[in-house]
Amino acid sequence: MSENTARTLIRDARILGGAPQDVLIEGGTVARIGGALEAGSDARVVEADGLVLLPGLVDLHTHLREPGREDSETVLTGTRAAAAGGFTAVHAMANTFPVADTAGVVEQVWRLGRESGYCDVQPVGAVTVGLGGRQLAELGAMHDSAAGVVVFSDDGKCVDDAVIMRRALEYVKAFDGVIAQHAQEPRLTEGAQMNEGAVSAELGLGGWPAVAEEAIIARDVLLAAHVGSRVHICHLSTAGSVELVRWAKSKGWQVTAEVTPHHLLLTDELVRSYDPVFKVNPPLRTEEDVLALREALADGTIDCVATDHAPHPHEDKDCEWGAAAMGMVGLETALSVVQHTMVETGLLDWAGVADRMSFRPAAIGRLAGHGRPVEVGEPANLTLLDPAYRGEVDPAAFASRSRNTPYRGRELPGRVTHTFLRGRATLMDGKLV
Amino acid sequence: MKRHLISAADLSRDDALLVLDTAEELARVADRPIKKLPTLRGRTVVNLFFEDSTRTRISFEAAAKRLSADVINFSAKGSSVSKGESLKDTALTLEAMGADAVVIRHHDSGAPHRLATSGWIGGCVVNAGDGTHEHPTQALLDALTLRRRLVGGRDRGLGADLAGRRITIVGDILHSRVARSNVRLLTTLGAEVTVVGPPTLLPVGVERWPCAVDYDLDAVLAKSDAVMMLRVQRERMNDAFFPTEREYARRYGLHGARMARMPEHAVVMHPGPMNRGMEITAEVADSPRCTAVEQVSGGVSVRMAVLYLLLGGSEPAVGTRTTEENSQA
Amino acid sequence: MDDMSNPAPARSVLEAPDIARALTRIAHEIVERAKGADDVVLLGIPTRGVFLARRLAANLREITGHPLPVGSLDITMYRDDLRLRPARALARTEIPGDGIDGRLVILVDDVLFSGRTIRAALDALGDIGRPRAVQLAVLVDRGHRELPIRADYVGKNIPTSLRETVRVLLQEEDGRDGVLLGVREHAPAAER
Repeated sequence: MSENTARTLIRDARILGGAPQDVLIEGGTVARIGGALEAGSDARVVEADGLVLLPGLVDLHTHLREPGREDSETVLTGTRAAAAGGFTAVHAMANTFPVADTAGVVEQVWRLGRESGYCDVQPVGAVTVGLGGRQLAELGAMHDSAAGVVVFSDDGKCVDDAVIMRRALEYVKAFDGVIAQHAQEPRLTEGAQMNEGAVSAELGLGGWPAVAEEAIIARDVLLAAHVGSRVHICHLSTAGSVELVRWAKSKGWQVTAEVTPHHLLLTDELVRSYDPVFKVNPPLRTEEDVLALREALADGTIDCVATDHAPHPHEDKDCEWGAAAMGMVGLETALSVVQHTMVETGLLDWAGVADRMSFRPAAIGRLAGHGRPVEVGEPANLTLLDPAYRGEVDPAAFASRSRNTPYRGRELPGRVTHTFLRGRATLMDGKLV
Repeated sequence: MKRHLISAADLSRDDALLVLDTAEELARVADRPIKKLPTLRGRTVVNLFFEDSTRTRISFEAAAKRLSADVINFSAKGSSVSKGESLKDTALTLEAMGADAVVIRHHDSGAPHRLATSGWIGGCVVNAGDGTHEHPTQALLDALTLRRRLVGGRDRGLGADLAGRRITIVGDILHSRVARSNVRLLTTLGAEVTVVGPPTLLPVGVERWPCAVDYDLDAVLAKSDAVMMLRVQRERMNDAFFPTEREYARRYGLHGARMARMPEHAVVMHPGPMNRGMEITAEVADSPRCTAVEQVSGGVSVRMAVLYLLLGGSEPAVGTRTTEENSQA
Repeated sequence: MDDMSNPAPARSVLEAPDIARALTRIAHEIVERAKGADDVVLLGIPTRGVFLARRLAANLREITGHPLPVGSLDITMYRDDLRLRPARALARTEIPGDGIDGRLVILVDDVLFSGRTIRAALDALGDIGRPRAVQLAVLVDRGHRELPIRADYVGKNIPTSLRETVRVLLQEEDGRDGVLLGVREHAPAAER
């Protein structure tokens, strides 16, 4: 460990894709940046020729499954997966067993994160007791706990009662909290199995209309405007949702939004295989939606990429579509998918990636010490990426306990080679430390 | 290579004609003193039914037995499956028993597809109805009935397709696997298909189907060679798909006066079981123009043909090769 | 059927007049042996056996002055080599109206080879009825029997090697009559 916490010199790294420079890490912070820095004999040297240096990635939307579903993921395995994917902080969603709706549960998750040492874990608190949608959870107590919860979400379920949503939005203003809404009108999605459209009509799977997402977003941005609160929209998946968020932002309302990597790449055509690895909530949409989401992420309408990393045990996917669980793992492929869909298409440069995957999510979560610029004096939360790499996704190589990736065998660009959490390497040469 | 019959889309025009023509030949076996052929002796066909459907199960069972296959009926109700055993574990059990074909009826759309592509079993998979997806053998037997009635002749339409025939499918298209399979198959066979129903019971995306869509039954009756009435479950009313049974029957039910507006040669089809008074009146159901009973009798022949063509040779005869090769045998 | 894609030039062993003569002779033999052919039912084995059966029926009518029942018997579902090849389309089985019970059934085929087709035909007959007796008429007997089966009426015996193919052409199916002897490319697989 002592070696790992010592000085590290990163040579010839392209900071945010710029010209090669040396970066010296010392005592957990960025000590010097410049050309041909002298490391000193005790420093570890990382040759980063051709590699892109990014601020450590921040995920606003991760399911770590602990407590309760340790068969699919634990805080330890999930944070190892995060480090392997270049993340230095993740927000752990509240839909655990028990639900993270009390100070006790969020502190437990927060502590487990600290003990793992691979990645900071910022718990998300439930909005309502047991995600039941009827009674507010003790939002203040969770904020005041050691976990310092800022983001609240019933993710997996929608806060569909307009009054409860309004109260939650108002209540968290007291401590600058934010409600992250899983926008899904429940009545419109009863029995829903996939995006409602031409493909669902053919496959005979229950349709999940875009309007079920858009109706809730429309309501919630209006509510947020009315009470002057912050609202964050989880995993936007439709072109219509993009339009609503764009409109709300044009009004100057405090609305932020995220998109998952898989909604930037995959479409409902894949459901034709009936392979439940493509079953996810919200569902994969159409090509038109995918293109609208990319454009919105590029122009800033969508603030950030969030993985919605949702591990499931093998048996929950090795079954018929209707019986399968919804969700995909995403931490270890997120940056590759963003490179493929946003960078290689010319929609974002690496500075843009740093903004959408580190600066902005950290700002939304009010996360101190993360999402900081790569500058002298800043915490050394850093990620090195080899953008020239090309390789097939091999789930067997995942650090996550689960393998439910939709990208098995697919060639994706880019590979995270190093991750530093406050100067300590959690990933070295592609291997977890 | 298609070793399975999951969707009517698995069948090219020539495949479909091969099944229908084979079914016509096999239908004649029913007239013999010994209604059995030795063709599938030593082969095991499992009827794996996760949903109750005595009619379909019996039809497949009769088909397999007439071909001398060993038949195992596996009803998921009251078995380990209802106690939480997964489709996969059931499939592995069937594989261990040496099932050469699995005929599966399942409440989930896509379950047969999954069974066929997951690697759980090595045998052929025949979809006997999955969720609201497809029911390809029903479409094949409907096509057989249509061909006999609309093409007919001494050979009951042998070798002919349904080019130019206008078929109207009426009712709960949204939830109907029969409709999905029929739209695909009848279109493949050259028919012009129109689906008719209240807009609530037509799926979003239906405009991409290879058929016309209409909300007005009376507008299409006069130009239909056949009208296929789908069963409409009364419970749909509770989900507000339509206001009342009475209103449904008035707007989309087939009664004597409506039938009178159909061309003289046109037939009325129903996959059964019928909701008399709902989508069809007794007068229409019992008229000689209604083919419901013929459809059932064609079912055994069609299923014999499917089992024979999938299992009878070293490899399936449908969906695998060109027609030219098929006809070489 | 024998291999169609035969590269070596096929040699004609029977021409149209030979076939016509053979069928006339067989018709006379049938009348002679069946004592007037009163209870004869001719069943051709598809494809070419059916046409030969119809020709024989026409010849017999000329000789006896009355029509006699002719039909077809598809043996596909009774073959013992079904699993060696892809499942194949079925041909028509057409049993004349009065059936075959108590009748003399004469099976008609183009080429007699291994005898397996005839075994299958006998099995198929058993499922249809109980003839008084069953006889076999073939245009060509090329030898190489694999079962204890022989023909009662033979148009022509043509000794062949297993490498050779015998191809019967009939006006109704092929546009002309003839029997061709060729050499197959691949290892022989006795089909008939």
